[in-house]
Order: sequence, then structure tokens, then C-alpha cells
Amino acid sequence: MESQGSCSVFDHVVRAPEDPILGVTVAYNKDQSPIKLNLGVGAYRTEEGKPLVLNVVRQAEQTLVNDKSRVKEYLPIVGLAEFNKQSAKLIFGSDSPAIQENRVTTVQCLSGTGSLRVGGEFLAWHYLERTIYIPVPTWGNHPKVFTLAGLSVKTYRYYDPATRGLDFQGMLEDLNSAPAGAIVLLHACAHNPTGVDPTLEQWEQIRQLIRLKGLLPFFDSAYQGFASGSLDSDAQSVRIFVADGGECLVAQSYAKNMGLYGERVGALSIVCKNADVAGRVESQLKLVIRPMYSNPPIHGASIVAMILRDRDMYNEWTIELKGMADRIISMRHQLFEALLARGTPGDWSHIIKQIGMFTFTGLNSEQVAFMTREYHIYMTSDGRISMAGLSSTTVPHLADAIHAAVTRVA
Amino acid sequence: MASSMLSLASASASASPSLSLHDNLKGRVKLGSVNFISCLPDKTSSSAKAKPSGRISMTVGVNVSRFEGIAMAPPDPILGVSEAFRADTNEKKLNLGVGAYRTEELQPYVLKVVKKAENLMLERGENKEYLPIEGLAAFNKATAELLLGADNPVMKEGRIATVQGLSGTGSLRLASALIERYFPGAKVLISSPTWGNHKNIFNDARVPWSEYRYYDPKTVGLDFEGMVADVKAAPEGSFILLHGCAHNPTGIDPTPEQWEKIADVIQEKNHIPFFDVAYQGFASGSLDQDAASVRLFAARGMEILVAQSYSKNLGLYAERIGAINVVCSSADAAARVKSQLKRLARPMYSNPPVHGARIVANVVGDPALFGEWKAEMELMAGRIKNVRQKLYDSLMAKDKSGKDWSFILKQIGMFSFTGLNKAQSENMTNKWHVYMTKDGRISLAGLSLAKCEYLADAIIDSYHNVS
Repeated sequence: MESQGSCSVFDHVVRAPEDPILGVTVAYNKDQSPIKLNLGVGAYRTEEGKPLVLNVVRQAEQTLVNDKSRVKEYLPIVGLAEFNKQSAKLIFGSDSPAIQENRVTTVQCLSGTGSLRVGGEFLAWHYLERTIYIPVPTWGNHPKVFTLAGLSVKTYRYYDPATRGLDFQGMLEDLNSAPAGAIVLLHACAHNPTGVDPTLEQWEQIRQLIRLKGLLPFFDSAYQGFASGSLDSDAQSVRIFVADGGECLVAQSYAKNMGLYGERVGALSIVCKNADVAGRVESQLKLVIRPMYSNPPIHGASIVAMILRDRDMYNEWTIELKGMADRIISMRHQLFEALLARGTPGDWSHIIKQIGMFTFTGLNSEQVAFMTREYHIYMTSDGRISMAGLSSTTVPHLADAIHAAVTRVA
Repeated sequence: MASSMLSLASASASASPSLSLHDNLKGRVKLGSVNFISCLPDKTSSSAKAKPSGRISMTVGVNVSRFEGIAMAPPDPILGVSEAFRADTNEKKLNLGVGAYRTEELQPYVLKVVKKAENLMLERGENKEYLPIEGLAAFNKATAELLLGADNPVMKEGRIATVQGLSGTGSLRLASALIERYFPGAKVLISSPTWGNHKNIFNDARVPWSEYRYYDPKTVGLDFEGMVADVKAAPEGSFILLHGCAHNPTGIDPTPEQWEKIADVIQEKNHIPFFDVAYQGFASGSLDQDAASVRLFAARGMEILVAQSYSKNLGLYAERIGAINVVCSSADAAARVKSQLKRLARPMYSNPPVHGARIVANVVGDPALFGEWKAEMELMAGRIKNVRQKLYDSLMAKDKSGKDWSFILKQIGMFSFTGLNKAQSENMTNKWHVYMTKDGRISLAGLSLAKCEYLADAIIDSYHNVS
């Protein structure tokens, strides 16, 4: 085989397009314009537009690095025990009967994605109904994760563009027609990309229907603490399901709420009927993980475990977390006011009604392309913007761009 | 599993009546009894995961778990050894299971350069933003250069696709996913024996595999003719999994001449070499020497897959840092391959962990730290060579049977294939509290000079008195 480009065994391998979400940052980085805005990936930015490492995280990291007794030995396949224990408490509540009854198995995984993938593969291997229902729309990576995990992906109605709210009727109808036992993906809070969450009353009805139909809930919890600013409030949806004694899966991510994006810290919990089942399930989760990456990375999980375990650090964390959530809410209000001030046509109240890091603007892909071209606004083509990427100084530019898009592009 | 039929009415007993739910569904939900037949697959005792077969309906019951039919999986044969070791209270116990380096005092070892790098990173106060899907650019550049040499034409021509992976395992898995998608039906040939997790990786990635002869128990050496014959016999365009150096579990590596012959037959059959490089620098103490096999293949202009790990050579086990490299015949092919590797990584974990990658990039990128690393690596490799010598000397001194134990000296790397069979290995554990894997593999990294005589006694006893 010649080395100089004549013939390759990879000739049939075509160039993949950039990932639609992460590719936004790639495109943003290439843009040479002095005024540009990255509202693509959901990574928190300060008012100064800088990434943020939480004080409490720096503190924890300092302690870890300076601890001379620490080693870098392989973690167990299921990850750091203390991290798993604390993560379960965080999402289910420290007084959760499911935890007390040892009915929960929690395994450390690579952030939200890794937890979803391991959970999906586990279900594909062991669960009897290999169909998962995902909301429309949902995070772009969800269908890929579950398809590659070996599940077949179907959808349920969720977002109603007419009201820019929840299509509750459609959601219930679609869940009702799902085959018994089907898996249902639920965003625990701060639905991505729409920011539209069911009310607690609606969650209760969803829960009843899911239990009635014997569907298996699989929660994606990537924003606990970010939606309302309260860790407990943001876990309510999960907790009402666990309280009824039924089974469910939960994928947790610490990327946003602890700002640990690049450390890839997360956990998969499976709440089972009893401790015996939980033990067997855990043993099979290990068989999924071992051929994927053997055991998870230690650094991020150690930071989280330390913070969750230490009363003072935990409290500091909740304050910093609320600070981030509050800044995002403030950006929502500023953007809303700015559009009102410009007299931008349309009802923009969804900006302040939606919850979490993202706003589903309702802009179409032509309008988005226009905003990128003319105003150097980088966002996903579905019209989603990350509020976390905005600041008081950049809100006017974004408002100008939206105004122009709405008035000049159909 | 017996089939059970349950009335749905009892399932909803705990739910409060929900008129609004009915209203919303406009009577489409049927409450009342719904019966299902459940037919769960037989539990198998093997560690293979059971796939359910056929059309199966779900039992909807209050107290039956959805996962009731799931069997308890056996412990991992390698990682499970350490678990068993921890549980043993005998003071003579010795952990020669997993390949993690230990000092003479049998303590885990964090390299000094790693501590220095971490302190530097802390001082700089770097952020924790997502890495790109392909990982840290500085790491990817450093790792490819380490593997092939910075002035290698492959590097200069941009013909290598490098994607940061989750240590060796994760990198092998990404490569397997690439093979499954782009070379459907192509087989991977793995050595007999090989690292226990290789077949799990290919199974889960749904890549078919078969074995080529490798270890010859008669010579406790390489069955070279068998290897060449089996590689030759494989269907054209197969992937041949090769251990770059320090073969795991045997410690037996081909000679440079044998590597040439292996490359010949791979080229003849248009196979694709697939290297697992987990011990570069650790085997001989020299990074360059341990990469000789890979560089030989690259020098022939071959397209190659190479999985790398920094678990052992930088002691970064728990940080999960490695890379998958694909050497292609053109820069364009490399770019395309890299884009597809990214497409496989994204639905697995989105992007890799930053910490370990930064450590490697810092160590390799700083000439002083890089020099210090090489020195520490020589020390680690040196300690293992010393331990091999002492074990050999102890065996020869204590064993009066005339058995030739010199294979201990000829084998290279962390592991030694003792030639003990399953029952003999079990005797090592049960009688002597020596923990090892059942294939007869011992990790010399877990052996101290002080324990060599004890181990020699155990091996001699197991070899001669147990069959």
C-alpha cells in the first residue's frame, strides 16, 4: 500500500458534518468579527462573558491536589462510592425511602451523556421493551445516544409552537398509545431546548398515566438547581415518581450545576423494586461499562463528593448555584424588555416564562442563519439560545439581531 | 420465569382517582383489568448478557420488578481479583492481579512529574469548559508525536487522525465502533491469549472476532509459525490486533525480525494492523524502543489503528487518558476518519475528560518535565526487571526439579505468564493468598524483592503439587 494518498482502506469514509450543537462553537471560534456572540452550547458565562469555575470547586480541587495521601488507582467499575452515595441523596432526597431500602443502584458515569448511554445499553441488553419515547423537540444528542445504545426511538408530542408552551393533551395521548413497558424519556426540569416544563399538577397526571400503562420512566436531570435555583424544587418530578414505589432510571449531570463541564461527571441511578434486584442490576451495569471505558475518571467525581459531603461547601455551592440561576433569569428579563422597547413584532413573553438555561425563541432556521450572517450570533438552527451566554452589555446586540430577523426574514 | 397475570385495577389502587386525567384523555384510557403474559428469558450463568428474544409482553404488576429476570453477573475476572484481595485478612496476602504499578513497599505510585503538572495546572487556574469532541488539541499532538516520533513523515504529512479516548479501553471501543460501521462484517483477529477485556469490547461493539495462535505452552514462548499461519488464513482485509510491546498477559513479544515477517503477511493479505499500546516506555524503559513495532509498520506506509493508554507509563490509571490514532495514506483520509470518530464519541460521552489530558500535555510539552518523566519511567521499568531477576533466582534456587524458569527473564513488561493452569492458580490464592488471574498471569508490578522468595515457594508448590 503506497503512503502517498493513492489508495486507502478509508476511501469510503465520508466527512461527517460538525455536530450541530458543539459545531456552533467551532463556527464561532472561526469568526474573526470583533462583535460576536456564542449562544450555542449551554455553558454558563459570567456577566463579563467568561467561563466560570465555582469558588467551591477551586477550593475542593486545591484540597485534593495538596493531599499527599491521594493516589490515582483505578476506581471501581461503578466509580467513586462516596460520589455515588451523595449523588443519589442529591436527586432523591436524603430521606428517600428508596435509598434507605437499598433499592437504588447508582453508578458514576461520564456526565449526562455517559449516564444516558450506559442506561440505554443496559435496557437494550436486559429490558423487554426496547423502544424509548422522546419528546419533540429534545436535546439533539438524545436520539443518537439511544439509537447507538441499541434502542428504537419513537417520539411523543411535547412542544406546542402555537402557544410556545406544553402540548399536554398531545403528550398524554402519545404516552397512552405507547406499548406497555415502553421507556419514556422525561426531562426532570428545564426542558432542553424549549425551557417548557410541566407544572407539578401536570407531572402528577403524567406519573399516573405512566404507572397505569406500565411505562418505564427514564429521567434526564442536567439542570438540578439551575431551573428554579432550588435543588429540591428541581428534583420534584423525579421524587414524585420514586415516592409511588415504582421503578425508574435517572441520569444526572454535574456539568452545569457544578460547572464541571470538561471533567465529565455524572451518575446513572436505577430505582428498583427491591434490594435484590438492585444488586443484580448493578452487576449487569458493570458489564456494560467495562467494555466501554473500564472505569470512570476520578478527578471530577472527587470534587463533587467533597462538596456534597461537607456542610459548609455544600451551602456555599447552593449560594453560587443560585447566583448563576438568578443571573440567567435576569438576562431573560433584560432581553424581554429590550424587545418590548424595540417594538419587535410578536409575543415574546415566552422568554420570561421558559425555565432554565435556554430560550426556544421560535425563530426559524432562515432567521437564525440571517442572525449568524449579519449579526454574528451563533446559536442552534432550531432557534434555541443559551441565556447563560448573554450579558447586560450583549443583550442589546441580540435584541437588534432578533428584531432585524423578525422584520426582514420570513 | 413463571408467567403471571395481574389485574391492572390493583396496580392503580395507590393512585388517587384522577378525573382531570380522564378529561384530558377524553375517555381514551381504559381503566379496569388488563392482563398480560410475561415470558422472561432464561437466566444464563455465563457473563454474557442475555438478549430477550421474540415478541414479549410486559407484566404490569405492583410488586414485580421490570428487572426481575436479570441474573447476577459474575465479578470481572481481572478487577474482581483486587476486590477479593481486599476482602482477605491474611497478613501474607499478595496482590498480583491487576496491572497497577507498586513501589518496593507495595504502595501505589503517583509520579513526581504528575504532581508537578497538577500543581502547575492549579496555579494557572484553568477553566473547566468542554473539550472538543476529539479532546485536548495539545494532548492529541503530543500523543501522536510520542507514538511515532515528532519528525515522522506521517506527522509532517498530517496523515494521522488522533482522538483523545478514555484510556486504552475507550480508545479500543471507539476504534471498534469505527470498524463496525465502516467495515461491516470485517473480523478482528486477537491473540490467544489476550487481555480479557478485548473480546468484551468487540462483542459489545458487535465486531466479530477470532483468535490467532500466539502463546506456546510447550516453550512458554511465541508460537510464531502458528501466528503467521493464522494471520495468513484470515479473510482478506481483517483487522489484526497486535500488542505494541509487553504483551498482556504473556509478556512475550515478537523479535524485530519476527515483526518484519508479521508486517509482510499483513501486507500480503491486505489486513489492517490494529495496535494496542498500553506500555510504551514501561516495557524496556525507553519510549522509542517500545514504539519500534508501530514505527516499523508506519515506515512501510501501512494504514494502522493504534490505541494508546497513559494508565501505566504515567500512572494516570484513574484519570482515563489515552487516544485512538488512525494512520492513513492521505491527510484527506485522516480528516474524514477523524470526523467519523467524533461522530461515534458524541453519543457515547460527548467529549472526553480534561484533567488527565492536561497532565499529559504539560508533562510532554515541558522539556524538563519530559526528561524527569523518562527517568521515572526507567526507574519503574528497572524495578520490574530487578524483581524478575530475583524471582528467577529464587525459583532456580528452590526448585530442585530442573525446570527451566528462564522464561521469567525473557518475558517483558508488567506481567508474567507463569504457565500455571486454572487449578494451580486457584491454589496460589486459596493456599498461599497470592491473588492473580486464573490464566496464570501475575503482575510483577505488584511484587516486591522482599516477597520474591515467598512467591517462589507458592509457585513451586502449585506447579508441582496441583494438577
